[in-house]
Amino acid sequence: MTVTEIIFYFLSALALSSAIMVVLSKNPIHSVLWLIVTFFAISGHYILMNAQFLGIVNLIVYAGAIMVLFLFVIMLMNLNAETEPLKNKWLRMAGIVAGGCLMLVLVAALKDAEKKGQLVQVGSGDIGLINNLGRALFTEYVVPFEISSVLFLSAMVGAVVIGKKH
Amino acid sequence: MTIEHYIFLAIAIFCIGVAGVLTRRNVIIVFMCIELMLNAVNLLLVAFSKMHHLAGKAVNASAGIDGQLFVFFIMVVAAAEVTVGLAIIVMMFRNTHSVDINFLNRLKH
Repeated sequence: MTVTEIIFYFLSALALSSAIMVVLSKNPIHSVLWLIVTFFAISGHYILMNAQFLGIVNLIVYAGAIMVLFLFVIMLMNLNAETEPLKNKWLRMAGIVAGGCLMLVLVAALKDAEKKGQLVQVGSGDIGLINNLGRALFTEYVVPFEISSVLFLSAMVGAVVIGKKH
Repeated sequence: MTIEHYIFLAIAIFCIGVAGVLTRRNVIIVFMCIELMLNAVNLLLVAFSKMHHLAGKAVNASAGIDGQLFVFFIMVVAAAEVTVGLAIIVMMFRNTHSVDINFLNRLKH
């Protein structure tokens, strides 16, 4: 077992266990904190694949900005384990069975995929560096990039309009 | 690492997200589980991008870069979605004083 494999399995176990804890935690604050752990593990995966830009963006945008927004909203609403609405036992069981069935179907469908055994480049390769990504972003993908800035503006206006007191 | 490792990891995270959406009633946690599913897909896109880079780098030095740019755009759209979604949740909380997703079933009338 190489160092890369050990890091891969460690990060995978961390991501999976903290993702399960997101669903299982009664307290919404704990859910948010576990989700941040999941995002850190996924960022670790990105960095392991040498997608450094995405790793850092994932940390800054998701773990930094979006999760703080969630935390802020939860604390604003003063939610905790006592106010948590719970589904009844059978519905929860049905949800878990449905998720498990989806997983079963996907695994069965993809275990004999066409690209079976093809290697993923780990720890090397420079397409994930900001130099190359930036060049592609501002030449080939400049139109979607500009459209996404308009999307952000409209999202901001929309959030203000929705959040305004009437 | 083979691509299967990443495919099965992403499937597992995605299905945890699906199970979370189906089992929880707190609308914020449902929203967080959707973020979890988005991240599973992002992880798989990056893994496929690195796979294509390894296969095609002899022909094209920037093979597979599209996958990583798509992940970047998914993050952009997710950030916009979260701002609007949380604004809607705050508005719903202001009207109903609850974050129970069952309150939203009156949308069908």
